Amino acid sequence: MTMTTTKPTTTTTPQTATATTRAAVAAADEAAGVRAYQIRQRNHRIRVHITQAIVLVVIIGGWELGIGADPQKIILYGHPSGIVNQLVTWATQGTALGPLWVQVVTTIEEALIGFVIGTVLGIVCGIALGRIHFLAEVFGPFIKVLNSIPRIVLGSVFVLALGLGIESKILLVIVLVFFGVFFNAFQGVREVDRNLIANAAILGASRWQVTRQVVLPSAFTWIIASLHVSFGFALIGAIVGEFLGGQQGLGQLIRESQGTFNANGVWAGMVIIGVFALIAEFGIGRLERRLLRWRPPQLNSSETAGL
Amino acid sequence: MSETTRLFETRLADVDPAIELRGVTKRFTTPDGSLYTATSDMDLRVEPGEFCAIVGPTGCGKSTSLTLISGLETPTAGTVEVHGQVVKGITPGVGFMFQTDAILPWKTVLDNVAMGPRFRGVPGKEADANAHEWVRRVGLSGFEDRFPHQLSGGMRKRVALAQSLINEPAILLMDEPFSALDVQTRAIMSNELLQLWDQTRPAVVFVTHDLEEAIALADKVVVMTAGPGGTVKAVFPIDLPRPRVVQEIRFQKRFVDLYQQIWEALREEVDIAYSQTTSAESAA
Repeated sequence: MTMTTTKPTTTTTPQTATATTRAAVAAADEAAGVRAYQIRQRNHRIRVHITQAIVLVVIIGGWELGIGADPQKIILYGHPSGIVNQLVTWATQGTALGPLWVQVVTTIEEALIGFVIGTVLGIVCGIALGRIHFLAEVFGPFIKVLNSIPRIVLGSVFVLALGLGIESKILLVIVLVFFGVFFNAFQGVREVDRNLIANAAILGASRWQVTRQVVLPSAFTWIIASLHVSFGFALIGAIVGEFLGGQQGLGQLIRESQGTFNANGVWAGMVIIGVFALIAEFGIGRLERRLLRWRPPQLNSSETAGL
Repeated sequence: MSETTRLFETRLADVDPAIELRGVTKRFTTPDGSLYTATSDMDLRVEPGEFCAIVGPTGCGKSTSLTLISGLETPTAGTVEVHGQVVKGITPGVGFMFQTDAILPWKTVLDNVAMGPRFRGVPGKEADANAHEWVRRVGLSGFEDRFPHQLSGGMRKRVALAQSLINEPAILLMDEPFSALDVQTRAIMSNELLQLWDQTRPAVVFVTHDLEEAIALADKVVVMTAGPGGTVKAVFPIDLPRPRVVQEIRFQKRFVDLYQQIWEALREEVDIAYSQTTSAESAA
């Protein structure tokens, strides 16, 4: 009797022991695997960053060495150290047009105000025309004609009509931003899954509720894609507007540098604009992730969206 | 016959059918400009609380009949009546489950289920409480804050079911709702559908390719003729007792008899539809 009761315990103890050790070994293996993967990932990132740094050094160093100390070349082409000096001079002593921050704020203000108005107008018009076929048929040809003219030339008209202040630049930015957003919003509305609309309608949604809760979120994937390009257009619009005639702003600063054979000044203006373009791109990326967080992660990769 | 049953039966005869199609023909204009007849001269009657399954070969106009009842489409000829009222625009009191996912991917499970009450102007808190209850009833408690892409196919179907049933529809239209699911999940969902249906007893029109599914679920099976221009070929009452267990009912003798009987009617139509597709392919 004692034999029969003790026997199973002696046989089960080693079994459970091996089971737990097997589990422990498996867990340790898994942890080691995860660590090895993380190390591989990190090494890969380091290699990418080092290569990027080398590319940057070669480009900037090559530029600096290629120009050398030749004063004529420096005037005509500019060079990296000269650009840095120019930025420091502008920041500490101000520019020919006044303090640097005034130029920066002017341009950013024009670009941002125009961008917001142009985007909102583009979304509203795109969705209205996408939802209401009658409007699309009536206004379709007008929009095609307007889109086919080189809109940048309208800048001259706006400067003549509205003067040298920021209004003419904002208008040019609106015109440049509007069409990109409009066409994407319009297409986005057309691409909405018919079943989603039918389902919402059967659940009791009014036409406005369908637009607001089904069409708009669906079209947002298209609209957001257009914002990346549109902000670039907004900066171009502001700068070109200032080029065509203005009193303040980075566009004026670049034009003034060009007029005084100051290539470093032109490059320095570009660097400032580039910094703001990158900041805006980052902000739009954040907005994109926030608004589209309902999508499966592989569709949301910001790296592929940025390219 | 007792007094009460007689009273009940006379009242039943007075009550309008939940759904009545009379001589319904629906033609669509195809992209190349020609006309395609989806259903022709179709008659169908579904009583309140009745579970009706429609089977038929591909392209016989099964799905079209659902869009006509829901009011998403209007018939070219004939009349569609729901509770004695001619259908004009979206029919009130109708739920619709689509073949593909039609829940909104940018709304969480809870928000999706709460859509119906919110569209109807129920205050937010009340709509949410109601939605919580329905999420629980379809067995998704704990998943309220998930987005649809984070759910399995079967769970998304449960969301769609809760989304429809929360409106307490008198009529539930289902267009091959479980056809995308694997066999086991499909059987589980069918059982749950029957349980949920039993709680509120809406009239159901369930479109499917699968005769076994149709017999296991329905009170009557409608066989349609091959398209184009499909119409009702025959109606078979299913007298299997309820409650039913979908996975097991197919082993019953009565089920097998019914299956053979209905399959006789369906087989010819399937053959016709198949010969059409093969001749169309060889012509092309």
